[in-house]
Amino acid sequence: MLGNLINGISLGSIYAIIALGYTMVYGIAKMLNFAHGDVIMVGAYIAFYSISYFGMPALPALLLSIAVCTMLGIIIEKLAYKPLRNATSLAVLITAIGVSYFLQNAALLLWTSNTKVFPNIFANIGAIKIGSVQIAPVTLVTVFANIVIMLVLTLFTSKTKMGKAMRAVSEDKGAATLMGINVDRTISLTFAIGSGLAAIAGVLLCTAYPTLMPTTGAMPGIKAFTAAVFGGIGSIPGAMLGGILLGVIEIFAKAYISTQLSDAIVFAVLIIVLIVKPSGLLGRKINEKV
Amino acid sequence: MADKKTPVLETKHLGIDFGGLTAVDEFNIEVEHGEIKGLIGPNGAGKTTIFNLLTKVYKPSRGMILLDGTDTQGMTPEKVNRAGIARTFQNIRLFDKLTVEENVKIGLHNHINYSSIEGVLRLPRYWSEEKKAHEKALELLDIFEMSDMAGDVAGSLPYGAQRRLEIVRALATEPKLLLLDEPAAGMNPSETEELMNNIRKIRDEFGIAIMLIEHDMKLVMGICENIVVVNFGKIIAKGTPAEIQSNDDVIEAYLGKRKG
Repeated sequence: MLGNLINGISLGSIYAIIALGYTMVYGIAKMLNFAHGDVIMVGAYIAFYSISYFGMPALPALLLSIAVCTMLGIIIEKLAYKPLRNATSLAVLITAIGVSYFLQNAALLLWTSNTKVFPNIFANIGAIKIGSVQIAPVTLVTVFANIVIMLVLTLFTSKTKMGKAMRAVSEDKGAATLMGINVDRTISLTFAIGSGLAAIAGVLLCTAYPTLMPTTGAMPGIKAFTAAVFGGIGSIPGAMLGGILLGVIEIFAKAYISTQLSDAIVFAVLIIVLIVKPSGLLGRKINEKV
Repeated sequence: MADKKTPVLETKHLGIDFGGLTAVDEFNIEVEHGEIKGLIGPNGAGKTTIFNLLTKVYKPSRGMILLDGTDTQGMTPEKVNRAGIARTFQNIRLFDKLTVEENVKIGLHNHINYSSIEGVLRLPRYWSEEKKAHEKALELLDIFEMSDMAGDVAGSLPYGAQRRLEIVRALATEPKLLLLDEPAAGMNPSETEELMNNIRKIRDEFGIAIMLIEHDMKLVMGICENIVVVNFGKIIAKGTPAEIQSNDDVIEAYLGKRKG
């Protein structure tokens, strides 16, 4: 029971970190970046090759992976989304799906479909025992990273001038630009942050579940998107809450109900929550003005 | 910096077409440093379109806009703001979910100097710059005696206060020319009176030029040194309030042609 809860929180914290990326980009650029999950996969591959082929220690490998994904995020935004700044949201959504397939197929070409086994970066550290429960180091690191990231993001968006500019852009791009805010750079920064987080999530995900292939990011990406909607998309604490709840529900469904049905149960819970509270758990209530 | 003889704003043959419709044509004006200029005209005359042209929300179809002698061609709205034009909006466009102080700080954005890294790590420069911004924001809010509302969410303010906050936010960008789009709309006579005093105060204290669109003739005639009247996108009269009030073309545009 406790073991399952810990596993759930661990998986949920990974979802939460991915969901934070979704929610940042949605909250500020008002678009669903469906390629986000695939940036996770790219991040994991970069770390995998750095560690397994070039013998880099885990931390520099992670930093390299963050740097590459940050650049990738900025490039994707510049090439694929920026030209569509004034297009319909449907066009942007379809483009995002296209970018997602592009990244998966580029990975297939570059790194083949052979499953890679991600190295255990915490191999030297043993599991920590609390009573009868064992906690893997990756779990502790994931939960800790999740909390730190959420705090830093919250402080960044509420207390710094760039964060305030992001919130202003999120509310009214036109008014923000007339106040001298560089909207393009603000959105670029948002993508950079989201993609950097994706790299961290990718490394943690593959450390916990060490199989890596070009579709590795797709399912966690969709689950994390669900988590972001579940918690209230656009809300930073919402993404964290949604992610952790989703992870816990998934692990409990697997343990006590059915392994095969666990995904169905997760999405059923999402549907119920959205029926009861359409803006998500911590989402702002939207009152339609008449 | 151009000398004071150069007008802060000069437009030459400025115009814009929307499809086949000419919304603004042959718009030629000069705004001197420190001048308060009124832009009036019947509804749909193209006044807000002119503001949108000056701030590059719309790209002009023809003509030139010189800001302090510098051509603003090719500038984005953001660059125009940095170059010295700030504005308010006819339909208030505050950042409703941000606090009053945060709205002003958005205006101050380009005058707060620290990098993202310094912001995340909260290095000394972050604290000193944020402190400076906080003090500056309160100082600006004090013009309208609004510093006690600094922590309130902008969307929750009463209507008049929202209009005033828009002016403060625009002022925070440190413009040379402030464009006010119907600043007194929806205000009662005593609020309008106070606004007039404050507009004069802003001009005197900051030494900036102000151009305003307004339908309240008492305000326009009371504070504008010069007035430009537009109708159907063209200037039909320019002059002092006294000249405008006795101009036949203006009377005709507002009231229609006298019979007989």
